[in-house]
Amino acid sequence: MATRNFGAPIRRNEDKRLLTGQALFVDDVELPGMVHAAFLRSNLAHAAIRSIDVGAARARDGVVAVYTAEDLGPYWAPGPLLVPPPPIAGSLFHQRTQVPLAKDKVRHVGEPLAVVLAQSRYLAEDALADIVVELDPLPAVVDLEAALADDAARVHEDLRGNVAAHVRQTRGNYAAARARADHVIGRRFHYDHGASSPIETRGIVANWDARANQLTVWDTTQAPVFLRNGLAAMLGLSERQVRVIAPFVGGGFGPKIMLFYPEEVVIPWAARKLNRPIKWIEDRLEHFFATTQERGQTHDAEIALTRDGRILGIKDVFLHDTGAYNPYGLTVPINSQCTLLGPYVVPNYDSTFTAVFTNKPIVTPYRGAGRQHGVFVMERLLDIAARELKLDRAEIRRRNFIPPDAFPYNNEIIYQDFAPLSYDSGNYEPVLDKSLAMIGYERFLAEEQPRLRAQGRHVGIGVTCYVEGTGIGPYEGAKVQVQSNGKVSLATGIGTQGQGHFTSFAQIVADQLGVEVADVDVVTGDTDQFYWGAGTFASRGAVVAGNAVNEAAKVVRQKILKLAAEHFECAEQDLEIADGAVSVVGVPGQ
Amino acid sequence: MSGRSVATDADNTDTHDITVTVNGTPYRRRVEARLLLSDFLRHDLTLAGTHVGCEHGVCGACTVLFDGAAVRSCLMFAAQADGHAIVTVEGLALDREHLHPLQEAMRDCHGLQCGYCTPGILMTMKAFLDETPQPDEAQIREALSGNLCRCTGYQHIVEAMALAAQRLRK
Repeated sequence: MATRNFGAPIRRNEDKRLLTGQALFVDDVELPGMVHAAFLRSNLAHAAIRSIDVGAARARDGVVAVYTAEDLGPYWAPGPLLVPPPPIAGSLFHQRTQVPLAKDKVRHVGEPLAVVLAQSRYLAEDALADIVVELDPLPAVVDLEAALADDAARVHEDLRGNVAAHVRQTRGNYAAARARADHVIGRRFHYDHGASSPIETRGIVANWDARANQLTVWDTTQAPVFLRNGLAAMLGLSERQVRVIAPFVGGGFGPKIMLFYPEEVVIPWAARKLNRPIKWIEDRLEHFFATTQERGQTHDAEIALTRDGRILGIKDVFLHDTGAYNPYGLTVPINSQCTLLGPYVVPNYDSTFTAVFTNKPIVTPYRGAGRQHGVFVMERLLDIAARELKLDRAEIRRRNFIPPDAFPYNNEIIYQDFAPLSYDSGNYEPVLDKSLAMIGYERFLAEEQPRLRAQGRHVGIGVTCYVEGTGIGPYEGAKVQVQSNGKVSLATGIGTQGQGHFTSFAQIVADQLGVEVADVDVVTGDTDQFYWGAGTFASRGAVVAGNAVNEAAKVVRQKILKLAAEHFECAEQDLEIADGAVSVVGVPGQ
Repeated sequence: MSGRSVATDADNTDTHDITVTVNGTPYRRRVEARLLLSDFLRHDLTLAGTHVGCEHGVCGACTVLFDGAAVRSCLMFAAQADGHAIVTVEGLALDREHLHPLQEAMRDCHGLQCGYCTPGILMTMKAFLDETPQPDEAQIREALSGNLCRCTGYQHIVEAMALAAQRLRK
């Protein structure tokens, strides 16, 4: 192979389109006869629905249709559980997933009550003001501890309380470790709710083509194949009849992996019913409560140490805010529970969490997916321990690193992917030392910080170490083709939200097939171009789909070599592929 | 309850006949008084390169040049553009074959990831560099402060703008 493209810093294939305003985003899709949707949303966190009167809205000029939960008939159903809870003995899990349009009661601000379809978004929003809704307010459940009180209002009244899940994982015997510890530190840590706020909000365009008998959906999703499969099942269509396109997506950060949002259930259904294309684009105000959120935990954590700063054990009891529904199972709190352990030897661990239903937006993975909450707890405990034991903060971490000869290292608990949390390899101390040298840690503490403090400035430096379980499986695929005109194309099932897939996947193909990176035509996130896959999340695109691209390109390379060997009547090992051509090594002109 | 409404009663159908020049092409259109300039550009003229991120003047994604000044097209009505000249991201480069030096520098410095905020950043910086051809880093950061980017962390955008300024001076 002449030049290795993969890993080389090159200009991106997709940038010209993005820089000139020619890249297609969902709101750029314009179709003849398109109608526009606006959702009426609850302005109360918790309320019983007494009545919804859409008569005046339906009568407004320019309004095509207005639907409530009642109009959905048997199509109305709670969404699927996306990730079942891992098989951890003794755990409890109550599944309560979101509904397309609220029926009987609303459980968070922004939960949709009705949808208006009109000639323009402006008219659709005018008609929202025509809808008369009577809501009977109920006490809002917002505080995690208060939510667990016996007399607390219930988010889901068919449950005995607001407990959504209860999971305990242990390793060793924490109580015994604590009994022989020289030093025990306990603290309470809060990690507040947060929203993801990509610059592009969510959006969906659905078009039912009656002649082709096919539904096409453009969606800001991070998981187009799952969306296609689910829509086909819900609408009673063959998977072939549903095409989901995740075009250019303006940032994902996790909440765009969530499905099915109410809008994703309602808009395709209505497009088929009305036989007209429909567009819904979330506005920024809606984004703050209609898109899923994350964070929201309270930890009561305790660390037991020897006097020289070695960890004997950790006990953590935490509450996790799952919002009004829990479609993503236990992924977020399990990530917190597992990632807390980080790169350290923690011989005794006792971690229990309670996931709590509240009247807040739904919680699903967002940037870190719960991992950093655990890291935050561990790293704060170590900082406090260093201070109390009069140790350097880097040194206490160094003393507790898993040593390089201890790998593979089993933490003896179950991770979110159902497998034991086991690290295959690692050598952490040189990484920390290199980082400290690069940021000038010693010099900062010895010279810089005292100088700044003398000026009245409080400037510090933070030290954090962690291990991230990423590149989550189970599969992705790719199709590499040399077209009849000699051009190379690549299609994969995952979508793209800025990761540079049009370049990184092209680099992989270019290395195998000896063509220019810019000449590889890449398609991502179109279920008609590649039919199977999971999605873009958990830093898995380059790892899982990238490997699929490489394997597919290798197969094509073998075919090319086999064909060329027959053509040149030589052995395959005498051939090389470079500059878009196969040649016989050492034979000019062939 | 939803953010996009301007008026909620039936008396919002006043229309205006406007003539507006966009990227050098004059357009005559009849528009509703309440139609946002951003929606007019994107959906009436199908110049969808101008992106909408917040619709209340915070994120800067919808920035266009209005008689040469950078303005947020979500904070103006289309009717206010009557008789004025607008340049959008589609009008930045000389032609389809070339990139403007600002676009070229963004590409060279990896100043974009998802690219959604990019058109607004380009138009903001076009107006800024027209006025300030020799900016220092602090001036670039100040000029960028009204545009939100969720992917890059801004570092490479700042580098791109310094490079673009340098190339434009030559």
